[in-house]
Amino acid sequence: MASDVTRRIGIVGGTAWRWRGARRMSTSTSTSTSSAAKTKSSSGSTKKEVNLFTAINQALHIALDTDPRAYVFGEDVSFGGVFRCTIGLAERFGKNRVFNTPLCEQGIVGFAIGLAAMGNRAISEIQFADYIYPAFDQIVNEAAKFRYRSGNQFNCGGLTIRAPYGAVGHGGHYHSQSPEAFFCHVPGVKVVIPRGPQQAKGLLLSCIRDPNPTLFFEPKSLYRLAVEEVPENDYMLPLSLAEVIREGRDITLVGWGAQLSAMEEACKEAEKDGISCELIDLRTLLPWDKETVEASVKKTGRLLVSHEAPVTGGFGAEIAASVAERCFLRLEAPVARICGLDTPFPLVFEPFYLPNKNKILDAIKSTVKSSRSCVFARQQNIWLALMHPFCPHKQKQPVTGLIESGRPDSGPTVQPAPSADHPVQQ
Amino acid sequence: MAALAKSRTLIYNLNSKLGSLGMLNRLTRRHFPSLTPQILASSDFHYNNSPNLFVSRHFESTKAQTHPGSLHGDDDQLLDFPGGKVGITSQMRFISETNDWRVPCYRVLDDDGQPIGEFVEVDEETALKMYTNMVTLQVMDTLFYEAQRQGRISFYVTTIGEEAINIASAAALSMDDIIFPQYREAGVLLWRGFTLQEFANQCFSNEADYGKGRQMPVHYGSRKLNYITIASTVATQLPHAVGAAYSLKMDKKDACVITYFGDGGTSTGDFHAAVNFAAVMETPVIFFCRNNGWAISTPISDQLRSDGVVVRGQGYGIQSIRVDGNDALAIYNAVGAARKMAILEERPILIEAMTYRVGHHTTSDDSTRYRPVAEIEWWRNSRDPITKFRKWIEGNRWWNDEEESQLRISTRNNVLEAIQAAEKLKKPPVAELFTDVYDVLPPNLLEQRKSLMETLKKHPEEYPQDFPL
Ligand SMILES: Cc1ncc(C[n+]2csc(CCOP(=O)(O)OP(=O)(O)O)c2C)c(N)n1
Ligand SMILES: [Mg+2]
Repeated sequence: MASDVTRRIGIVGGTAWRWRGARRMSTSTSTSTSSAAKTKSSSGSTKKEVNLFTAINQALHIALDTDPRAYVFGEDVSFGGVFRCTIGLAERFGKNRVFNTPLCEQGIVGFAIGLAAMGNRAISEIQFADYIYPAFDQIVNEAAKFRYRSGNQFNCGGLTIRAPYGAVGHGGHYHSQSPEAFFCHVPGVKVVIPRGPQQAKGLLLSCIRDPNPTLFFEPKSLYRLAVEEVPENDYMLPLSLAEVIREGRDITLVGWGAQLSAMEEACKEAEKDGISCELIDLRTLLPWDKETVEASVKKTGRLLVSHEAPVTGGFGAEIAASVAERCFLRLEAPVARICGLDTPFPLVFEPFYLPNKNKILDAIKSTVKSSRSCVFARQQNIWLALMHPFCPHKQKQPVTGLIESGRPDSGPTVQPAPSADHPVQQ
Repeated sequence: MAALAKSRTLIYNLNSKLGSLGMLNRLTRRHFPSLTPQILASSDFHYNNSPNLFVSRHFESTKAQTHPGSLHGDDDQLLDFPGGKVGITSQMRFISETNDWRVPCYRVLDDDGQPIGEFVEVDEETALKMYTNMVTLQVMDTLFYEAQRQGRISFYVTTIGEEAINIASAAALSMDDIIFPQYREAGVLLWRGFTLQEFANQCFSNEADYGKGRQMPVHYGSRKLNYITIASTVATQLPHAVGAAYSLKMDKKDACVITYFGDGGTSTGDFHAAVNFAAVMETPVIFFCRNNGWAISTPISDQLRSDGVVVRGQGYGIQSIRVDGNDALAIYNAVGAARKMAILEERPILIEAMTYRVGHHTTSDDSTRYRPVAEIEWWRNSRDPITKFRKWIEGNRWWNDEEESQLRISTRNNVLEAIQAAEKLKKPPVAELFTDVYDVLPPNLLEQRKSLMETLKKHPEEYPQDFPL
């Protein structure tokens, strides 16, 4: 059943979410669970427009409902959590299964490991990803090695750690961090980051039911902002499978979570300049889907990775290195990394710190420009290529002459056909 | 031993003066439903009154000799163990999880501002400075809170209900003492001379903010006032305080360290690490716990099951006292005494101030979601620490209604002026985004700064305009 839904959801061109209100919205405004209309899909399951925290809340309801050995806990979880993700759970499932913990992250995760080791689903919440570090030892030395060190006699696969991460406009040092890369260096845990409500529900249920400890980082700027139709039923989305959410020919962009929205905007802008971008949501960072990324880069010959976390030692570095290993001869240009700066997350400088749309767009253009062979020249129609505003060879040619010679089409909007030296994979 | 005996006497004297447990309020009663005390009837097992010889090393090194006679085993026979000698008992008894009485809180003024016992006399000038500071703190909180509601600042934390804790504890310290704060002790900084303008500059993240706009509002810090910059992370400052106190001790300074934290903070690993380190290193540090009953929405009963925090002191072998956190004079006395002991006897002290967080946790919180409005209002109206202190100074004929209204009007104006001035100042220069990560900029940051400046030149319209480069 799950796989059926998985297939249906998993291949949807994923950028269905729309933005409500301003780009950044205060997390302190009052709750307004979206009440938009219900629709019925052809397969019979009901869909409803909900925001991200509501989708997560639905997943937690389902997890508790479908497994009597599932527990949800963390700081301030009983009253619904500071981001409202656990609202209604304590009332419905009782305080033995949904409860507040003392203020102690190492305790939360350590407790969760023990609970999970006894065959339970321990769904723990860290209030902000910025506060996960006291639990670092429990995650890295304990959860990640529980199975390995015992020769698979024991495991804590029922462990899921949820934590809101990322920029939110006013979070400063300790309410903005994206710590995913630390955990991607830890064999034995999985790291998953959803980009919107529909993905969040399916991926969270997969994390909870996955037989390995998982970290699930939720883009907190989207809790209220991202609204989309989410099936009300129980469904799971596959882990370790990336999703191409926008197809393109000239450059591959890889990202995850909230960062995909800035990347998507840049893709749209680039398209106006005739650059066709392929956008991949990695979804699971560990273990990650190299094949999807590799196939895409082999097609486009270019790669840009983008994340909010500092560029140095970020997960983008791992992607760049892997692509260099697998696609070296197909790469037309250096891999671009548009990421957070190598500073702590700064409050007032957030707009400068973030890898925003224009930084990504500039990098897309310069990557395309700096290519070893001209993306435009590789089009069959050399005339069109030379007219293109970003063709680096343009300056050397008398462009006016070309136009006069009876080539009326405007270069940027014409779709190039695949050519032998630049096959387009279908 | 002498020191221990002395301070125990002190506590017992206080007990007798306090008489009943007047402070046991609705909050604490409600939150300890399951703590039915299991009294150890046996008279030969007075562990409550015995010095804890497992930590004898600590006491030996400060003052006293181990005193076998004070052990209460079956027959005064002692067994030697690595941590010291222990007595023997043939009765298998588990130590109760709690005392048969809750530790009372030390109080100087009753609800009507009448002294109920002896206390260190506070002169008129100090008393009035304490009072005006408490009022200033309250007015500042009210207006900054409103400024946040109006969208002029992004975030704020009030100290409402905890003004006495803030001001009276600060008043009992010397300026050489070093503060390692949490986020709800702006009043300590106010007492030390941080101006309203300095508070406003930080909250508005302008170019005059010492933190260069990098941290959220209320994350103050002042080198000149010995106030270490605040971090949002709960209780991480506690071990720092111990290390700093060790330094003061090594340097033979006439100063101590005080660190503040909430009831929630006592659950962290850092709390346990810090108190234990302090005991073992014998550092002059005061652990000041503001037990306000709540950690965001988490009530104290979901946080701990001991008799609050004060009893933890003994578990780690350090002295502790519980005070009425809404009684400025009690706090002033307790902190003053703790300071002396910390410095002269080179020992840590734990203070638990019982109070109530009258405000919401922060501006991101609506506490009526998880606690009754009536409860909040009761504390605001019946237990306000400022009102109580006012009654006392008015009783001394040091204060009157006219002075009160003048104070409130002028403070209000001063705060509004500070807000307006802070708002007018520019933001810190963008170049400050890259400084202070290290002492100097390493190559990666030089490169990133260059690239950002190019981006800003290229797309000025995409970025906020009120930042100089
Ligand atoms: C390590 C860590 N975990 C979680 C948080 C989120 N958080 C901020 S304040 C707070 C509650 C603190 O309560 P308490 O210590 O009682 O202080 P109070 O707010 O009552 O003054 C929590 C959970 C944090 N800041 N740091
Ligand atoms: Mg508290």
